[in-house]
Amino acid sequence: MLMTDLLYARAQMGLSLAFHIVFAAAGVALPLLMVLSDLKARRTGDADYRLLSEKLAKGTAILFAVGAVSGTALSFELGLLWPEFMGRYGEVIGLPFSLEGVAFFTEAIFLGIYLYGRERVSPGLHLFSGVMVAVSGAMSAFFVTLVNTFMNHPSGFTPTPGGPTDVQPLVAMFSPGWQYQTVHVLLSCYQASAFAMAGIHAFVLLRHPGAAFHRKALSVALPLACFTALLQPLVGDLSAKHVAQAQPVKLAAMEAQFETERGAPLRLGGLPDVETESVSWGLEIPKGLSILAFADPDAEVKGLKEFPRDEWPPVSKVHLSFQLMVGTGSLMALLALVTLAYRVRKKVWPDGRRMMWAWLLTGPLGVVAMEAGWLVTEWGRQPWIVRGVMRTSAAVTPVPHLYAPFWTFTAVYLFLGATVVFLMVRQVAGTLPGRNGGNSDVH
Amino acid sequence: MSTEALIGFAVAGTFVLYALFGGADFGGGVWDLLASGPRKKEQRALIAHALGPVWEVNHIWLIVGLVLTFSGFPRAFAVLTVALHVPLTLLLLGIVFRGAAFTFRTYDTRGDAVQRKWGLVFSVASVIAPLLLGMCVGAVVSGGIRVEGHAVVSGFFAPWLTPFAWAVGVLALCLFAFLAAVYLSHESPTPELREDFRRRALGSGVAVFATAFVVLLLAREGAPRVWQGLLLSPFALLLHAGTAVAAVAAFALLWTRRFKWARVAAATQVGFIILGWAASQHPYLVVPDVTLSSAAASPTAQRMLLVALVVGALAVLPTLVFFYRVFRPGPFASPGEGK
Repeated sequence: MLMTDLLYARAQMGLSLAFHIVFAAAGVALPLLMVLSDLKARRTGDADYRLLSEKLAKGTAILFAVGAVSGTALSFELGLLWPEFMGRYGEVIGLPFSLEGVAFFTEAIFLGIYLYGRERVSPGLHLFSGVMVAVSGAMSAFFVTLVNTFMNHPSGFTPTPGGPTDVQPLVAMFSPGWQYQTVHVLLSCYQASAFAMAGIHAFVLLRHPGAAFHRKALSVALPLACFTALLQPLVGDLSAKHVAQAQPVKLAAMEAQFETERGAPLRLGGLPDVETESVSWGLEIPKGLSILAFADPDAEVKGLKEFPRDEWPPVSKVHLSFQLMVGTGSLMALLALVTLAYRVRKKVWPDGRRMMWAWLLTGPLGVVAMEAGWLVTEWGRQPWIVRGVMRTSAAVTPVPHLYAPFWTFTAVYLFLGATVVFLMVRQVAGTLPGRNGGNSDVH
Repeated sequence: MSTEALIGFAVAGTFVLYALFGGADFGGGVWDLLASGPRKKEQRALIAHALGPVWEVNHIWLIVGLVLTFSGFPRAFAVLTVALHVPLTLLLLGIVFRGAAFTFRTYDTRGDAVQRKWGLVFSVASVIAPLLLGMCVGAVVSGGIRVEGHAVVSGFFAPWLTPFAWAVGVLALCLFAFLAAVYLSHESPTPELREDFRRRALGSGVAVFATAFVVLLLAREGAPRVWQGLLLSPFALLLHAGTAVAAVAAFALLWTRRFKWARVAAATQVGFIILGWAASQHPYLVVPDVTLSSAAASPTAQRMLLVALVVGALAVLPTLVFFYRVFRPGPFASPGEGK
């Protein structure tokens, strides 16, 4: 019974985060794309860029609103589902949450000015507001990721059976690994949004190859998509090296490494089986893991067997999510390389059908990689909510019947998600050739 | 003043601000639901126009209050989220649907029928959320939430389903509707619309008075400790006197159509009511088992939180003032323009 409620609580938290992350990422990245188009519109005087920045502003408005309400839900759910965690560690992680609140406030204020104030403030101030939306959105993601870093590698307090003592909020706020995790997360926001945007415009261009507006839109999305797709693997590598050294059991689960060994291989794909402690169907690159994790082909990699069985994360889930993240990330990096090579050789962004198909098909992968990466870090920390200090099962609420809120929120989020997709499709449809550019519904 | 008292005061302050800004937005939703008469459409358009740019900013006071509570008084947050799990979850649904439906109504341009449906979701959620918020407050002050050690022992339903808690819920709803009507009468572009909202303001003002009276009657049984606090604490008495003066002033100003000042008086009235509530339950966070000091974070964490609070205030307040100046009630073009 208790186990079931714990699972429902985890499922509700996971669902809420999975849902919120998409909107939060868009809230971080779309303002940047919107400002970039706005800048291009000012420089070139091109009405298409102006329309693009307006469309992006509308997209931001819808996504930010859903992100704001789902984020509110999350801040309540921290307590509704994990009261013991908040009751004990609320004071330790209060600082980044408070600063996140400040950033969120700033973002909402300037977004209001940007969206509704075009006629009320000077053009310079209007653009400045857009920049502030982009900056404070990024700050907000930065602060909230610091909380997750703390949960992965708690610091800044002395644990006692009665809870944390000797609390140092500033130390806790910058727990080890914060620099890798925040950069990794921020890049994923930009990458997921830029790939999604590129995918949408590639889709339109496949059906209407002459649509100038969509070519221009693609030219705004592609640089950011390529830049982030190439940078992300490097940052991810740094992050993984840190995990290898600081959270060895998470790395072992990510790589499905059961035995402690020197010169550990890198496993691509494969299905781990915790009963037989083996991996089937995987491709092994000899010494690959030792090289990647410790920059030494003979370095020792700790296996799962090194740790008590009841402290293992769910190995298959972590390993497969990690494979999914790395796989999709590699595909995106590859496409970015090809696209940039084309750009360098021909001096224009690609527009051929084959490249458009490639961008269309990779469009969703940024979001997939982001969700998969988040699953890696969350599943990889289990069974802990605060690693090594508090188990998730010790944090869960005593409230029974948690299936009820779980199914309610599932239904609500499915409905909201479907509605947002529908509204976004209509926003894009308004820009198709032969329409009046969608200006009829500008408020 | 101790640091925990300062943080407690800051929490009460965010509640006041949330009521004055976010509460009024819920009140706007109430009047959207109750829009009637020959200017039904204009009333709704004015509400949409008034809420559009500001509701997200106004909503953040709730999050600030929440973060201050769990950072400053983590134990109280844990108790509240367990004891009030059910109403807070329902409140969340109200908040999610209010915000999402309002935004969807603005951007879903498939025509009147669809917009009416979103409008209905928006306005019904705007009624439910304040009611639940008030019921939670009622439960907190009633003394019905009991804690032994770290465990809530009073169940998940009883404390917030008392007649007293219901009455506080209705009071919150009436207060928010009253605030919204007063604000909207000031922001109305035409004399006719102004009269519509003036009538609503006067009507809801009477409803506030009536429900406040009922709450007071029920408090004797339903919230004995706060009843004592209401009558005995000199500070609370002072606040109640302030509330009474502001309430009478708001009525008189509405009656004589001095809308700008009626706004100030109504906001003062609501602010005093909330501070009066806070003062009468002082030093309890959750009556009668959790106090400011028993739930407080460690001194270092409290000091850091105060620093963050000051930094945050310095960063946010100037832009916030600028923001409200930009969206100060101004010329309002034609009905339906907010779409």
